[in-house]
Amino acid sequence: MASLFQRRRNRATQTERVRERRHEGFLRYAGFRWAKISGGLCLLIILSYALVDVTPRHNGGSWYGYTLGTIGALLILWLTALGYRKRRMTSDYWSLKAWTSAHVYLGLSLIVIGTWHTGFQLGWNVHTLAWALMMLVILSGLYGVIVYATLPAALSNNREQMTQMQMLEAIRAFDRQLHSAAQPLTPADSAAVLASLDQDPFAGGAWARLRGRYPDCATAAARRALATSQGGDADARVKVVQLLSQKEAALARLREHLRLRALLEIWLYVHVPLTFALIAALSAHIVSVFFYW
Amino acid sequence: MSEAAPLERVKVAIIGSGPAGLSAAARAAQLGMSHILLEKTDHLSDTIFKYQKGKRVLATPERLDLRSDCRFAEGAREHILANWDEDAANNGVNVVYRADVAEVTGEKGAFAIKTAQGDVFHAENIVLAIGTQGNPNRLRCEGYDLPHIIYQVDDPEDFKDKHITVVGSGDAGIENALGVAEEALENTVTILNRSRDFARAKAKNVSDLMEAGENGLIAIRTETQPKKVEPGWLTLDTPDGEERIPCDVIVARLGSVAPRAFVESMGIEFTGPDREAFPKLSPTFESTVPGIFVIGALAGYPLIKHCMNQGYDVVEFINGNTALTPADEKDLAAIFAGLPQQKSVSQWLDYLRERVSIFADVSPLQMREFMLDSKVAFYRKGEVVFEKGEPGSSLFAIADGFAAVEVGSGVTVPIEQGSIFGEVGLISGRKRGATIRAGADSIFVEVSRTAALKLMAAVPGAKRAINRISLERQLLQIFKGGLTAEDLAPVVEAAEVERVPAGKAVLTEGEQGDDVYVIRSGSMVVEKDIGGKPIFLRYLPAGSFFGEMGVLSGQPRNATVKAAVGSEVIKLTGDSFRKMLAARPQVREATEAAVAERAAMNSFIESRKASYSSAVDLYSDTASFIMKEGLGEATDALLIDENLCVGCDNCEKACADSHEGLSRLDREAGKTFAHLHVPTSCRHCEHPHCMADCPPNVIHRGPDGEVFMEPGCIGCGNCMRNCPYGVIRMEAAPPPKPGLLSWLLLGRGPGPGEPSPKWTRKQLGDEKPKKIAVKCDMCKGIAGGPACVRACPTGAAIRVSPEEFLSIARLDEATD
Repeated sequence: MASLFQRRRNRATQTERVRERRHEGFLRYAGFRWAKISGGLCLLIILSYALVDVTPRHNGGSWYGYTLGTIGALLILWLTALGYRKRRMTSDYWSLKAWTSAHVYLGLSLIVIGTWHTGFQLGWNVHTLAWALMMLVILSGLYGVIVYATLPAALSNNREQMTQMQMLEAIRAFDRQLHSAAQPLTPADSAAVLASLDQDPFAGGAWARLRGRYPDCATAAARRALATSQGGDADARVKVVQLLSQKEAALARLREHLRLRALLEIWLYVHVPLTFALIAALSAHIVSVFFYW
Repeated sequence: MSEAAPLERVKVAIIGSGPAGLSAAARAAQLGMSHILLEKTDHLSDTIFKYQKGKRVLATPERLDLRSDCRFAEGAREHILANWDEDAANNGVNVVYRADVAEVTGEKGAFAIKTAQGDVFHAENIVLAIGTQGNPNRLRCEGYDLPHIIYQVDDPEDFKDKHITVVGSGDAGIENALGVAEEALENTVTILNRSRDFARAKAKNVSDLMEAGENGLIAIRTETQPKKVEPGWLTLDTPDGEERIPCDVIVARLGSVAPRAFVESMGIEFTGPDREAFPKLSPTFESTVPGIFVIGALAGYPLIKHCMNQGYDVVEFINGNTALTPADEKDLAAIFAGLPQQKSVSQWLDYLRERVSIFADVSPLQMREFMLDSKVAFYRKGEVVFEKGEPGSSLFAIADGFAAVEVGSGVTVPIEQGSIFGEVGLISGRKRGATIRAGADSIFVEVSRTAALKLMAAVPGAKRAINRISLERQLLQIFKGGLTAEDLAPVVEAAEVERVPAGKAVLTEGEQGDDVYVIRSGSMVVEKDIGGKPIFLRYLPAGSFFGEMGVLSGQPRNATVKAAVGSEVIKLTGDSFRKMLAARPQVREATEAAVAERAAMNSFIESRKASYSSAVDLYSDTASFIMKEGLGEATDALLIDENLCVGCDNCEKACADSHEGLSRLDREAGKTFAHLHVPTSCRHCEHPHCMADCPPNVIHRGPDGEVFMEPGCIGCGNCMRNCPYGVIRMEAAPPPKPGLLSWLLLGRGPGPGEPSPKWTRKQLGDEKPKKIAVKCDMCKGIAGGPACVRACPTGAAIRVSPEEFLSIARLDEATD
């Protein structure tokens, strides 16, 4: 805008260290800086692998193989450090987004670093175990990247400004209303409603949570049962059926929320333990190389 | 302690046995002065007595020395009350309990004080120390005086698994009922209403109550009254006859009689008609009725230490000790200590009142108060007072010398002695607009924002002077360089200040008009109707002007300008503005350049609208959403892109771990539009609502624009209630937890982030630390900047000001 409207604040904020005005995801961080670095590194390795002449053939034990192995091992340790960085709130300047970006792209480059380090000599031994574990860690990480890129918007759409606590609270509110509304019902009908009240909304286990399918949902069963039921106070039944369908909708929202959150988190239960297994196998690999080879 | 006979006339009768009254009585007893202390209940200091058990009472302000014959230091309620009972006895205070004063007649030397119990006491002087709490109305049924009837709920969490009955259908009753009905507390809550509906309460409270009723959290009983109170039981008078319900606690919220009417019935005048007004007082606390003195909270001093000191002082004054200087004398002396001239404190105060126009109407007692929140400094010629672009909201007054304002490069304008500067920061809450130097060897008074606002509220003359000067300065600053105060005089003369509520249009597109507006406080949005839909064009912060196109072109308004938040605009008539432009061609040029630029931007957006309709609509709708969320008054807000947020809550954890273990933001709560989420987190408003009423005055704006709290919070909760965005928590810091490595490797402690309440409770045992206000300080003093942003793994969280976020670049990028 015209100099007349020069924002006084702008001058002051320029001196602040980093001030982003836009949302920029970890994949796009700094104009794909780490994607370029990592891509360049892979290219360099692939080219040099072809150009460098190692006799009798490329393998992990050559000077070239050792170089790649050292780079890879150090990189693995550094990548593991993200878990520490994330939780360690030191007061100096760092951006976890930058760390994540580097973690993702450098982690992917390990496919090239690790595989080219082997000289494509794989077998049934502790060395290949380390490589396989590394590939599994990368694969699970790749899944993480994909869900991080695709699921947040769905999570946001589903919750429609509600918090998880509010979703639970809404279900409890329907339960309380059901409890009083079901008083005039016949014993058979109220048993169905009571089953809905007694059922833990989280019941179903991890598999149900991940799939978001709850075939044994007592609320759905109660609604079906009451819809066809006869006798008793018809008005009361209509009200209860209405409340049951509202509760079902609230449950569906909560279940979808939990499903998406589970999908966003589940891979970490693979990624992190496998990383430790990888570090163990890597140590065995290094020790065995130096002491027994 | 002895119960005095109500017959003989005493030198002084003290009404109210709180900290102020008790301290006064103790001093009178020490001086051997005949006195009587009248207390309406059967114990001393009812307000503090009614605090919840174990509540920690703070002794602020720390710098003030205690001058009293009674002890007082920070401690638990029980400890303080026990000390005072002991001190009252040791000093030989004559106290009469259950003496509820109903009427005061007579004059100095011969007052007659009648109590509700029918006793009459005679006194030469009266000290009124009744506080501001008033008398809560009591139940009118059998058992009304049982101890399980309470009149306020300090902390709903004090009640767990209890049968609670709330009597009263006003806001206070409903809010208390909702508080204790919180599901986790497992209380059985009943609310009684004498009539059929809740007509006296706010609509929001009524709908919340009805919802709680439907959800079975509160039993709502209308046309029902208490009939008989017994321990553990309550008999109700219902439309269907009597009913006996279990009841462990009764919360009676039947309103109270405010003390003002009682005070006025004695003939005492107040400073004004509004609720914040205080009795008019002399420097010795004497009211407009000779012989009646007013001290303590009623006199406008809510802090215990002030009250106790005043109790001591007022009795000394009554005893004829005119040489007594107040306890704050040494603090004031310290404020004046650095000045080149040697004067006593009262001489300095008179000097300032004589020489500075805005202090002219201030009473000596008020003056002391203002000076305690102010600084006085001597500046050598040429010394910089503040730089352009610095944050700061204090007001400066020129007691001696003059100030030089740098209005353009090399151009300075003097401000003469007696006047003020720095008022733009005070009024608009924005950063300093110009660099100011001392024009000669000078003495400037720096009045803190709070003190200045108090001054403006209490002294109308000061308010007028500040407003006029600020308008003139603001215009000078906008049209910098080319103008002088003389050029502006006719414009300022014709100018009017208008208040605009949020959402109201100041200009409407298509209307004829040539008035020009300057935004004094708040902010505006500019919208244009394109293709039948209002499209957001720009955000105008305080200090901008608009409406100038109409003056220059004579065309109808080409866009609508409406208030983003409650704002104040200054309306300048088109005529006077045109004359000013005619007299100063360079100002005209600058204005025309601005008009051209704005017009270019408008047509840019219009052209984009033609080809990228949906992108422009999204930009416009996002802007409307941001304004609706109150970000128009924000200076720095946390915004989350929910296309990126994976819900890991690392922002909250980082926040807690960067401070004392409490998170100041709630990521999930708050509104969302088109995946843009405004979490519950401080926006550092231009005019922070939280600052409005902070008794110890510990909320300030820091050097980077952050609104933060310094230590000294007394836990009153005013800021939390005043914040419209719900971002302030009342919470006690959890105990320190084991380090990160010992959690990672050994699993010790609760891990990163705010520990669960359960863990905290287990660590603390029976200890109940004082809850104080906790709010975002924008990671003040942390070199890396806001932890929430640094700790976001995906880049979903950023902190921005609204104008940064809504910059045209955003639209440009969206449509490229």
